[in-house]
Amino acid sequence: MKNGFEAAIVGIAAFIALMGAAFSRDALFQAHAWVLFFVLVVSTILLVRRVKFVSDGDSATDDTSGYMDGVVRYGVIATIFWGLAGFLVGVLIASQMAWPVLNIEPWFNFGRLRPLHTSAVIFAFGGNALIATSFYVVQRTSSARLFGGNLAWFVFWGYQLFIVMAATGYLLGITQSKEYAEPEWYVDIWLTIVWVAYLVVFAGTLVKRKEPHIYVANWFYLSFIITVAMLHLVNNAAIPVSFLGVKSYSLFSGVQDALTQWWYGHNAVGFFLTAGFLGMMYYFVPKQVNRPVYSYRLSIVHFWGLIFLYIWAGPHHLHYTALPDWAQTLGMVFSIMLWMPSWGGMINGLMTLSGAWDKLRTDPIVRMMVISIAFYGMSTFEGPVMSIKSVNALSHYTDWTIGHVHSGALGWNGMVSFAAIYYLVPKLWNRERLYSLRLVNWHVWLATLGIVVYASVMWVAGITQGLMWREYDDQGFLVNSFVETVSAIHILYVMRTFGGLLYLSGALLMAYNVYRTIRGDIRKEAPMGAPAALSPAE
Amino acid sequence: MSILEKHGAIERNLSLLFVFSLIVVLIGGLIEIVPLFYLKNTIEKVEGMRPYTPLELAGRNIYVREGCYTCHSQMIRPFRDEVERYGHYSLAAESMYDHPFQWGSKRTGPDLARVGGRYSDDWHVDHLKNPQSVVPESIMPSYSFLAATKLNTSDIKDHLKANRLVGVPYSDDMIDNAVADMQAQADPDSDDVDAMQSRYANAASRYFDGNKAELTEMDALVAYMQMLGTLVDFSLYNAEDNLR
Repeated sequence: MKNGFEAAIVGIAAFIALMGAAFSRDALFQAHAWVLFFVLVVSTILLVRRVKFVSDGDSATDDTSGYMDGVVRYGVIATIFWGLAGFLVGVLIASQMAWPVLNIEPWFNFGRLRPLHTSAVIFAFGGNALIATSFYVVQRTSSARLFGGNLAWFVFWGYQLFIVMAATGYLLGITQSKEYAEPEWYVDIWLTIVWVAYLVVFAGTLVKRKEPHIYVANWFYLSFIITVAMLHLVNNAAIPVSFLGVKSYSLFSGVQDALTQWWYGHNAVGFFLTAGFLGMMYYFVPKQVNRPVYSYRLSIVHFWGLIFLYIWAGPHHLHYTALPDWAQTLGMVFSIMLWMPSWGGMINGLMTLSGAWDKLRTDPIVRMMVISIAFYGMSTFEGPVMSIKSVNALSHYTDWTIGHVHSGALGWNGMVSFAAIYYLVPKLWNRERLYSLRLVNWHVWLATLGIVVYASVMWVAGITQGLMWREYDDQGFLVNSFVETVSAIHILYVMRTFGGLLYLSGALLMAYNVYRTIRGDIRKEAPMGAPAALSPAE
Repeated sequence: MSILEKHGAIERNLSLLFVFSLIVVLIGGLIEIVPLFYLKNTIEKVEGMRPYTPLELAGRNIYVREGCYTCHSQMIRPFRDEVERYGHYSLAAESMYDHPFQWGSKRTGPDLARVGGRYSDDWHVDHLKNPQSVVPESIMPSYSFLAATKLNTSDIKDHLKANRLVGVPYSDDMIDNAVADMQAQADPDSDDVDAMQSRYANAASRYFDGNKAELTEMDALVAYMQMLGTLVDFSLYNAEDNLR
């Protein structure tokens, strides 16, 4: 029995979970311990039976001498799975805002589903994309196999366990209420262990690299891993009420807690969703277009500029609140400065296509990358604009913020991850090419249309809310009651749901395309951009 | 561009890259967050702030559990329309015992920083059970299960103790009487009401959910909502003295 040791450890953990359920101090902890118990029991059985979820295809790269790609294959499948789950919950909660009858109390009310959606897309979809691609990229750019042997598998499965515990916790009502840091203390501790293992695997691989230089993509991945560890540890500092209970109280209160949270929250965007994904861009864009990175100097300047400036931007989430003015102003100034290193990344990504722009016509994956970088540039311009206090006075608390987040998350993070998946799948499963490039093209346009609908509808909704809240009549009375501003945007919420559906359907096409590719199918289709190739010679 | 040429040293040395990255990402947070803990003018001087009563704290935990913060802010900004709509702009002092803060980031529904005392208990109960029954256009979900769920009183002492550990000034007296105070606040006929009110100034004692027979989660949530923003005495507050 090959997995005997691992199965024994997981089995013991399952027993401990059972004891946790037996001696729990509150009903929620008991329920959560039962969830953990069942997950671990099933895992033990799967380990003993050596179940494989993902075929290796005809790939021969996973032997002991070469690169460790099995964990990357699992990561790609997990990324697609959690992506679909996250988008689906997104469409559901968007529908709840249009039709509140879709709330089913208590487990499926908006307040519990919203963190499920945000965590599913940021940490489950984005996190798996980052872990999988970083494992792939660090091996290729270091000419070294992943450090630590099965530790990489621990990182993968440990991270999935974190996702399952966080997600089931939200539905049960277990939350710290800190946005994007909702999981309670015991799940946070587990994530810390997994994250340290991730750092060990990643940095260990860099240590044993055979290339003299650490490639630029790895600077970004490394700074993302380090910074997320720092943010996670500080923002989640809390005192649990009891050892076998869910509830904890944050070490900080009120204004200090607010700034700590948004220092965390904004840099979850800055490092999880920006630095890490820039690492992705710096490997997959040059590879796909077969050109070197546009400017080495620009990558140095914008890397250090980006990681230094991002950390300061948190207070722009707290404009005009009870946070002292000096901190608000500091946050605003640094947010505006942040525009430059952000666009440094955009320029470096786009200009890498210099001399290869014709590929836009023939390669839908390049098309996807370019759209992704364009959305990155758009939302890193919109962000500084919204961080200006007088703009923020209108935009804060409205759906404009939601639209901004989604143009970044769906446009930049989603599209660059899809492009990386399309690049990786044929290589990881040793296939000649993807099942269908035309389906990729459909995905590109469905997703793009979805984002454009989503973002523009949310601009209108947000500005409508902001203006209606502050509207006065000639006599100096407020014109609108709050609920009038709710009904005014009903139709926009309906349209937003439609935008989300378009995006979700694009992702479903990707899942089908990847499935057929792994099976080894190739669709007979005319190559992209064919008419130009058929035109007569001049 | 000699300085950029020196960058090669960092690219070839993982330890250098690691340490420099860590230093660079530490600076901003240190400069922005640390002063908030020692600058005395960060939190205004006000009269009236007290820790939450055990029942209010339990209600607050339900507010957190249900994710109310995903749609409701508790932070009124100093604008004419917000002050007129919601009341005096929020002070840092008003959330000084909030672990964690509940300022929120989105107003799908209205701000709740000063919702206390604006509506009757009955209105809150009706609204939480079926929001559309009192506000037809509302898109808020129903929380009728709160009225049917008994409030857990068994570990409230531990909650107060944990709060004391993170800095909320709960006295031994408050901790020892936590369960009694919790029950007295939802039972105005109880003999313990005076003792509860001597520990928590101006704490209301009512049958918040209208159900005399049972202490429910609805009691706790309504008790919490009804005290929101009511503690600070603004007749004694001097805004100029607290300019930051």
